[in-house]
Amino acid sequence: MIPIALKMLFRDTSKFFGIVMGVTLASMVITWQGSIFIGIMSRTVAVISDMGDPDIWVMDPKVQYIDDVKPLITTDLYRVRGVEGVSWASPLYKGMTRARMEDGQFQNCNLLGLEDSTLTGGPPIMVEGRIEDLRRADGVIVDVIGATTRLAKRPREPGAAPTPLKVGDTMELNDHRAVVVGISRNIRTFQSQPVIYTTYSRATTFVPNERKMLSFILVKAAPGVAPAEVCDRIERATGLAAYTRDEFKGRTIDYFLKNTGIPINFGIAVALGFFVGTVITGFMFFSFTVDNLRYFGTLKAMGSGDGRLLGMILIQSLTVSLLGFGLGLGISAGMGAMTKDSALAFLMPWQLLVVALGATIVICMASAMLSIRRVVTLEPAIVFKG
Amino acid sequence: MRVDATVQDGQNIAVRCRGVTKTYGAGPSAVKALRGVDLDVERGELLMLVGPSGCGKTTLISVVAGVLNRDGGECEVLGEDFARIGPAATTRFRARNVGFVFQAFNLIPTLTVAENVAVPLLINGVSRREAIAKAAEVLSRVGLGDRTNDVPTRLSGGQQQRVAISRALVHDPKLIVCDEPTSALDHATGQRVMELLREVAEGHDLSLVVVTHDARIFEFADRIAEMDDGRIVRLSTGQSHKKAEHELPVVK
Repeated sequence: MIPIALKMLFRDTSKFFGIVMGVTLASMVITWQGSIFIGIMSRTVAVISDMGDPDIWVMDPKVQYIDDVKPLITTDLYRVRGVEGVSWASPLYKGMTRARMEDGQFQNCNLLGLEDSTLTGGPPIMVEGRIEDLRRADGVIVDVIGATTRLAKRPREPGAAPTPLKVGDTMELNDHRAVVVGISRNIRTFQSQPVIYTTYSRATTFVPNERKMLSFILVKAAPGVAPAEVCDRIERATGLAAYTRDEFKGRTIDYFLKNTGIPINFGIAVALGFFVGTVITGFMFFSFTVDNLRYFGTLKAMGSGDGRLLGMILIQSLTVSLLGFGLGLGISAGMGAMTKDSALAFLMPWQLLVVALGATIVICMASAMLSIRRVVTLEPAIVFKG
Repeated sequence: MRVDATVQDGQNIAVRCRGVTKTYGAGPSAVKALRGVDLDVERGELLMLVGPSGCGKTTLISVVAGVLNRDGGECEVLGEDFARIGPAATTRFRARNVGFVFQAFNLIPTLTVAENVAVPLLINGVSRREAIAKAAEVLSRVGLGDRTNDVPTRLSGGQQQRVAISRALVHDPKLIVCDEPTSALDHATGQRVMELLREVAEGHDLSLVVVTHDARIFEFADRIAEMDDGRIVRLSTGQSHKKAEHELPVVK
């Protein structure tokens, strides 16, 4: 009876199209909004994600998330290096600075100071220049998005394109001369501010002098030792907080989820998509069933049991949910691909697809429930009523 | 008045109803659709149920076909009492033994003619290929062998009813119930449809119960049970009924 169920569905073109469009709309809104939400959340941990080498981040126990810097004293670095299971530990400066461009414009930037000798935590991909060029006098590396947007030279002619910052250009960081020695490709940050890399010692000269300058300690666990175990040892030995990379990402995301309106705003959009999709799909699917009630009644009279009719409706529902999900996902993914190089945060992990597929199936099953109820309670004797 | 519509030879009985009652609703608004119907239908017989609208004809065939539960009395169809065997077994019984022909044909418009005819076989678990082949064979017998891939809406009313009859026949049932099979057809087409049903009944030892208002087809009946107010009030053969009608006084 499955082919019969599918033909009843497919050949009722207008209803079929309407139902699939309803599911497509819901699926598209869920995957699109979900992808942007995940994209934004991933940007909150961009700095952590870009630093792939260290396993562990050590910080003041009061730190709540990546931008919540509470500086450590330099001796903490040595104490961490002395913990058993630590392969190496590097200092990281992370702060904000104001860059003054050649044309006199100011721009706030993220400043990252890497250990002078190892340059641990450097940019993941170099577009131009090398990380080692940071050792040149006054050298800084600027991320390509910052170089082409906020740090780009403004055009002299109105309406002309700005000139991207390039290797060899200079700028002032807190009245200190800085020379661009490289351009890197980074994950966009949450605030979309440019990222400037330099050495740790130079970073501490760029920013106003404070008693404590060490923001984080980046640690690599020794081979064969679990990072989580090393974290425990560091915490016990130093009293500092130590998190694995994933733990720190989770902590940062958790902070943004709990302390910003982002989840509520996106949650409302996703819920709206779910609700609208359910209503449209439910209405269309129910209407389709009601239109076919006479035929379901006929099938029932001819000896189709409730289970068989229920199976037919579920097959119809599952078919439209998979089709609608595929279409909605395709549209979302297509739009995401088209906006890949824009400032739009769009990230579509497979987990989102599983959740969206589940939500779409729930929408269709909820819609089918109304129809199933109607068909199951249908008296087969209806077929003799005119 | 209560008319005995039973037969004496119990060996050859397809449907046996005794004192069947059915009431719709409850309280003051209750409608007694059947008030104790006694009726037998023999194997191979074409029995027509006639009477004014609301007299209980449709309720009676619904009970006989097992699509409606009776309130009281006894009713055995091909030796089975639906009240005893339960709803699931009744559904299976209908699938195997009962064919349906409806006033509005009830062909599924999104399926082809052959697919519509194949539905009872599919319900009985026959493979799709086999069901379509058997459907095509039956359609050829009713003169629609060349229309198997058409959708029902492309056929005339008479052709659609022939498709419906094919659907009722395809799984070789023992009983066919027909609800106003000719009311949506012109006279000539109605006659041809009835000839077909008559032929089917004779050729396959099938029992047919036909509800109709159409006096022009009474001649095809073996017996005619006339109902009024939930009871069978008169029983006649097709020919005698026609004769009796001709003898009615005409107001001038």
